[in-house]
Amino acid sequence: MRNFALTLGTAALMSVGQATFAQDDMTNIDAAYSEDGRYYTEEDIPTFNIAEDGTIDWLTYSGFRRYHSECHVCHGPEGEGSSYAPALKNSAIEMDYYDFVDVVVNGRQRINAAENSVMPAFGDNPNVMCYLDDIYVYLKARGVEAVPRGRPGAKEAKSDVIREDENACLG
Amino acid sequence: MRKTKYLAAALLLSSTVSASANDELMSMMDDPNQWVIQTGDYANQRYSELDQINKDNVSDLQVAWTFSTGVLRGHEGSPLVIGDVMYVHTPFPNIVYALDLTDEGKIIWKYEPKQDPDVIPVMCCDTVNRGVAYADGKIFLHQADTTVVALNADTGAVEWSVMNGDAAVGETNTATVLPVGDKVIVGISGGEFGVRGSVTAYNIADGTQAWRAYSMGPDSDILVDPETTTHLGEPVGVDSGINTWEGDQWKIGGGTTWGWYSYDPDENLVYYGTGNPSTWNPAQRPGDNRWSMTIMARDADTGMAKWFYQMTPHDEWDYDGINEMILTDQEIDGVERKLLTHFDRNGLGYTLDRITGELLVAEKFDPAVNWTTGVDMDPNSDTYGRPAVVAEYSTEQNGEDVNSTGICPAALGSKDQQPAAYSPETELFYVPTNHVCMDYEPFRVSYTAGQPYVGATLAMYPAPDSHGGMGNFIAWDNKAGEIVWSVPEQFSVWSGALATAGDVVFYGTLEGYLKAVDAATGEELYKFKTPSGIIGNVMTYTQGGKQYVAILSGIGGWAGIGLAAGLTNPNDGLGAVGGYAALSDYTALGGQMTVFALPD
Repeated sequence: MRNFALTLGTAALMSVGQATFAQDDMTNIDAAYSEDGRYYTEEDIPTFNIAEDGTIDWLTYSGFRRYHSECHVCHGPEGEGSSYAPALKNSAIEMDYYDFVDVVVNGRQRINAAENSVMPAFGDNPNVMCYLDDIYVYLKARGVEAVPRGRPGAKEAKSDVIREDENACLG
Repeated sequence: MRKTKYLAAALLLSSTVSASANDELMSMMDDPNQWVIQTGDYANQRYSELDQINKDNVSDLQVAWTFSTGVLRGHEGSPLVIGDVMYVHTPFPNIVYALDLTDEGKIIWKYEPKQDPDVIPVMCCDTVNRGVAYADGKIFLHQADTTVVALNADTGAVEWSVMNGDAAVGETNTATVLPVGDKVIVGISGGEFGVRGSVTAYNIADGTQAWRAYSMGPDSDILVDPETTTHLGEPVGVDSGINTWEGDQWKIGGGTTWGWYSYDPDENLVYYGTGNPSTWNPAQRPGDNRWSMTIMARDADTGMAKWFYQMTPHDEWDYDGINEMILTDQEIDGVERKLLTHFDRNGLGYTLDRITGELLVAEKFDPAVNWTTGVDMDPNSDTYGRPAVVAEYSTEQNGEDVNSTGICPAALGSKDQQPAAYSPETELFYVPTNHVCMDYEPFRVSYTAGQPYVGATLAMYPAPDSHGGMGNFIAWDNKAGEIVWSVPEQFSVWSGALATAGDVVFYGTLEGYLKAVDAATGEELYKFKTPSGIIGNVMTYTQGGKQYVAILSGIGGWAGIGLAAGLTNPNDGLGAVGGYAALSDYTALGGQMTVFALPD
C-alpha cells in the first residue's frame, strides 16, 4: 500500500479539471513504446499490446484475472456490465485515464430517485490498487474488442520488474 | 373476517410476549388465507392448502392488479398478507409498504429507512432483500446495513431497532428473519469480505440480544458442547471451530448465514446452513474450515448446537451451504421419520434425520455435477459423510494460479437461495436450479477490512453437452434421491417456487414469466410475462374469499451479474463467443408486483 501512494497523489492532482472525452482517434489506444513489459501510448498512458501472432502483454492478461476477482461481481463478466453497474469496457475508452483512476481510488455515488448506484473507494485495497493499470489496459483492450470475451490465449511472460513492483506493492 | 380477528388478537398480545404469541403465529401460518412469513411456514415447505386455482383452471389466470415498488434493483423475497393488509418490501433502500387489500391496495403506511449508501457496494451481488416477517403485531425488517427494525404492523412506527453488524467491515444483510417464540433469529452476509458469520437471536419485546452463535471460533463463540453436540453422530470435541484452521484465519473465516431459517416447534430446533469459508483461494486456508458449509441444528432458546453436518469440507468452489432446510414428516421403509431436505449449492440433494442429524441420502440433483463422485455413506468409513473430490476439478489440488476448467456446478451452485417447494400430496420437492459450469483460477489475496476478499477468477457458462440452457425446474424424490421430472429453462431459475393443493406448482423465470406447471408431470399449464425478470418468490393468499397469486418482478441479484451480458464458454473458441443468449435481450430493470386471479 505504500508504493501506489505516489501514483494516487499524482492521479488525484491531474484529474482536476480534466474533462471526459470520447476517443475518436487511436492515440489513447495504440502502444507507442514499452518499458519492462509494460506498454504506453505516445502520451505515456498505459495501454495493451497484442503482437502479430496474437500474444497479449502480461498486464492485459493479469488484468483479466484481477478484473474477474475484484470487479466482475458488480460489473459483469469481461467488462460487459450487469443489471446495475456500467460496462467498464466502455468506461475505459470513454473516460480519461486519470478520471478512471480517480473513480477507482475515491469511488462515486449516484443516489437519486431513479438510481441507487455506488462505486466504492478502492484506494486502500491492494488487490485492486496494485493491479489498477492491469485492469485498465485489459478493459481498454475489451473496449476496442482487441481482446475477445473469454480467457485470453498466449501471453507474454511476467517481467522481473513487474514481479518486483508487485511484491513491493503488496508488501 | 377471521383474518382480521387474528390480527387484532396478535396486536392485543404485543405487550405480553410469550409462548402464546408464538402459538398465535403458528395458527396464522396454518391459515392458508394468509402468508405471514417469507417461507410460508416454519417447515419452509412453501405449500398452500388453497385449491381454488387448480390444474384444470389455472390456464384462465389473469392479472388482477399490480403495484410498482419505485425501486429498480433485484427484487427477491415476496409480499406478506396478514389479515386484510399486504406488506411489500423493496431492495435498498428497503422500503416497506402496507397496502389495504379492502381498498384496492391503497397505501396505509410507508416506511423508508435512511441508510448510508456506502453499504451498497459492500453487498456482494446486488442490493437484494428477501423480505419482512410478521410476529406479535410487528413487521420485522432486516435492512442492508444490518439494522434489524420492528415496525408496528398497524402504523409502521418503529417500535425498536438494533444494529446487528458493521457495514464498514463488510457486514451486510440480504436475508429475511425468522420469528421463533419470543425471539427473532437473524443472519449476516459478507463472505466475500472476510466476515466471520454468526446467527443472532433478539428478543421480540425490546430488541435486546438473547444469544449469538458464530460459525467458527472458540466453543464459547460457536455455542457447542464438545460432548453432546454431534457431527454425524460423533461428539464434535473441544475447539472444533478452531482446530481445522491454520493460525488466525478463522477470524476472517466466512461461514456467513445469509440463507433461510426453518424451525421444528416439537424439537425447539432452528435449522440453517453456513456459507463459504473466506477466501475463495483454498490454498490460503488449509484444513476442513469448520463450521463453514455446514447444516446446523440449534436450540431456539439458547442457541446451543445439537448437531452439525459439514457438507463441503475445505470448500474449493464457493459452494455456500446456506440454502433452505425443508422439514417434512415422511415414511421411510415403513417408519415415520422427521426429515430435513436440503438442495445444496454443491449440487447434492441431502436428506437427513432432523432430530439426530443422521445422513440418509446425498445424491446429485443435476446430472451435470462433476466435482464429486458422491458422498461416502458408510458409517464405518474414515471418510463417512465426505464428498469424494475429483482431482481434475479440484482447485486445491490443481493449485494457485492454475485455471481449473469445466467444473460443474459454477460458483453460484446448482441451486442458490431461490427456495424450493414441497407438496405433501405428491411427496415431491419442486426445485429451481442453475445448469451452469465454470472455470476457476484461485490466487493469493490480502485482507483489508471492508474490502472484497475473493481470490479467484471465474468464467461461467451453460453446462456443456446438455440442452444449451442455463437452468432446469425439477421435481425431486428425497427418499430415493432421484429426479422425477425436469423442465429445461433457457436461463437459471432464480425464483422461489410455490406448490398448492390445486396440484399446481408456480415459479418465475429470469425472462419475467410467471409459470404454472402440473405438479405430477411438470407440464406447462400457464405463463404470463411480467414487466421484468423474476428473482422473487411466488406466494398465494385469499381476499374476500378469492384466491390470488402474487410475484415480485425486478431483475438483478447474482443472476443480474453474469446473465445480463450473456455467458460465454471460453473453451468453445471464438466461434461460440456471444452465441449464448443474453438476458438483456429479454428484459430490463423493473420493480413491480403482479397479482393474479381467476376471472370472476
